[in-house]
Amino acid sequence: MRIKAQVAMVMNLDKCIGCHTCSVTCKNTWTNRPGTEYMWYNNVETRPGPGYPKEWEDLKKFKGGWVLRNGKLTLRAGGPITKLANIFYNPNMASLDSFYEPWTYDYDNLIHSPKSKHLPVGRPVSLITGEFMDKPEWGPNWDDDLAGGSEIVPLDPNVKKLQEHIAMEYEKTFMMYLPRICEHCLNPSCVASCPSGALYKRDEDGIVLVDQDACRGWRFCMNGCPYHKVYYNWNTHKAEKCNFCYPRTEAGMATICSETCVGRIRYIGVVFYDADRVKEAASVEDPQALYESQLSVFLDPSDPEVIKEARKAGINDSWIDAAQRSPIYKMAVKWKVALPLHPEYRTLPMVWYVPPLSPIMNHIEENDLQTDHYIPAVDQMRIPMEYLASLLSAGDTSVIRRVLLKMTAMRVHMRNQAVGGMDELRHSKLLEEAGITVDEIEDMARLFAVAKYNERFVIPTGRREMDGEEGLHYKQGACSIESITPSSDFMSHLFAKEE
Amino acid sequence: MTGIFWWVVFPYITLAVMIVGLLYRFAFRQVSWTAPSTEIFEKKWLRVGSTVFHYGIIFAFIGHVMGVLIPRSVYHSLGVSDETYHVFAIVGGGLAGLMVVGGLVLLLIRKMTNRRVRVHAGFGDYFAVILVLIVAAMGTYMTLIYNTTVVAYEYRTTIGPWFRSLFTFNPQYHLMETVPFLFQFHIVLAFLLFASIPFTHLVHMFSLPARYPARAPQQYRSRANYKKRERT
Repeated sequence: MRIKAQVAMVMNLDKCIGCHTCSVTCKNTWTNRPGTEYMWYNNVETRPGPGYPKEWEDLKKFKGGWVLRNGKLTLRAGGPITKLANIFYNPNMASLDSFYEPWTYDYDNLIHSPKSKHLPVGRPVSLITGEFMDKPEWGPNWDDDLAGGSEIVPLDPNVKKLQEHIAMEYEKTFMMYLPRICEHCLNPSCVASCPSGALYKRDEDGIVLVDQDACRGWRFCMNGCPYHKVYYNWNTHKAEKCNFCYPRTEAGMATICSETCVGRIRYIGVVFYDADRVKEAASVEDPQALYESQLSVFLDPSDPEVIKEARKAGINDSWIDAAQRSPIYKMAVKWKVALPLHPEYRTLPMVWYVPPLSPIMNHIEENDLQTDHYIPAVDQMRIPMEYLASLLSAGDTSVIRRVLLKMTAMRVHMRNQAVGGMDELRHSKLLEEAGITVDEIEDMARLFAVAKYNERFVIPTGRREMDGEEGLHYKQGACSIESITPSSDFMSHLFAKEE
Repeated sequence: MTGIFWWVVFPYITLAVMIVGLLYRFAFRQVSWTAPSTEIFEKKWLRVGSTVFHYGIIFAFIGHVMGVLIPRSVYHSLGVSDETYHVFAIVGGGLAGLMVVGGLVLLLIRKMTNRRVRVHAGFGDYFAVILVLIVAAMGTYMTLIYNTTVVAYEYRTTIGPWFRSLFTFNPQYHLMETVPFLFQFHIVLAFLLFASIPFTHLVHMFSLPARYPARAPQQYRSRANYKKRERT
């Protein structure tokens, strides 16, 4: 067992209102520099829709993630030799047109325009070329809230997979929001795609970062990441990506996207996993078994054996304590209501999603308002289960159904507590099919609905005691002007234990 | 005296600039060390231009190693006659040269006409591309036309030994005095190109990710040692 800690996130899509506050605060924090205009470390997509970049889920086009070839886990775009042969031109990389040409407006003209008969106009100006753009034709969230409708929606690769053609009939339309950040995968294909070894996963918290010194701009990470969350900075000619706001999480604070989330849909916590089992878990034959195999990699932080191993691996008690209180562990492992996004990519992603409930297509009669009548209702929700399954469970609708039943049971139970008039959940078939207990449902309701900051974000501070060989004692006696600090020999002598 | 300058002083100065510049940039400006791809702006022209050029220049490099670094005596001892050598050199070298020149012309046109690429092409980009283009065009001309119409110049008795003598710090500059001017000019410009490497995007030629096929796919690094690469 090689135990590692991962700082992970769950987003409760049931509560996402699609306000884009996360995207905006993230942009203001990280990507408001030249070369990064088109980068959205965090973006919110309206689904069904092509997403950002357009059709990022089209694996034939971008060839992201892993694939099992003859039982061996390999990069879909090809291994190191293929990559070196293609190093002068990456055939699978998205160009700026798959994203959009970023622009601003000629605000100056609005302010300094001389007096004239007509109102002055602030024309769009490209942030790439500095030239006026006659007509921007695509931009961030151009397709927000199904804008573009029947022309844009069919571009969604998940829609193409659906058996039943989801016509854009007014009565049948559905939509949901999908906020996306880097998945900080356990088996990141961007890291494996990097010829320079510039991308790496941090030992302490599993955050995937790009070493800006080591990056040589080969760009295989861009499409190697099936989620398309590594971006190429045309100004520095290096790759950049979501860094899970590590300066904040190291200080025990939530990422800026989570901190500012209006719907409070985001949860952050620590999960322990067995790094030795990652490859094996990503190599199971059946794509629909990947969800369960990823779950099997996680370790129970309350298990004395795991605690012992964690201590041995240098994980301190505050991290073990955080892992035990982790909202992520509860939602993903204990209650199994959070699911990984596109587990079939075999990267073992670590930003998980609670699928959204949606309005029921058929009217439920007043006298039908009994607990078990909600079971068929789950199958008639507006968002097709196949669609959610295509996103979150490699097409396995039974996984989605179970989660939706749990969420429905939670609503029924809490409604009964508040307004009454329904039969007990405790002995109902709904509870049985959902596979959960009433106590768990009450815990779930608390975490989903009323949990405060410290319950939603259980983030231990960075393990500074692991910084360097001198240790904290040395740093305590030192000052930032390194050259005039006492030598480490001197300090370690002071703190040396007597043998 | 001019012989000493062009064939002793100048090569050593340019090589010294290159080496010191590369070390300095690697140590202190590594964040700028990259293959400055513009693929995100334009893909069609790049696909042909970049691939043809880069493979061409790899062939050309191998050709120069074969022609300049490997002594004529080695070929003789292997039983390769001068005629065979020259046929191979002209055909192989000519092909590589045409690839380099053709690819570069495409890349240069792309750089000048594609609006997104053009805006971000600075002096250094044009300097490097045009200098490589001139040197390559001269080389291709010498290989394909000069060698076949004027005389198949036996550079392996003059340029080769002189170039190797640079590395033994005993430069035989007098060997270069009889070399045709075209060849001399090609060499001088090439050394100028070497000196410009640390200051342009040409540095990426030293970034061949040779360790990639052998390394572990997943890279873990601890925060404390984030500068040091660690294998899993």
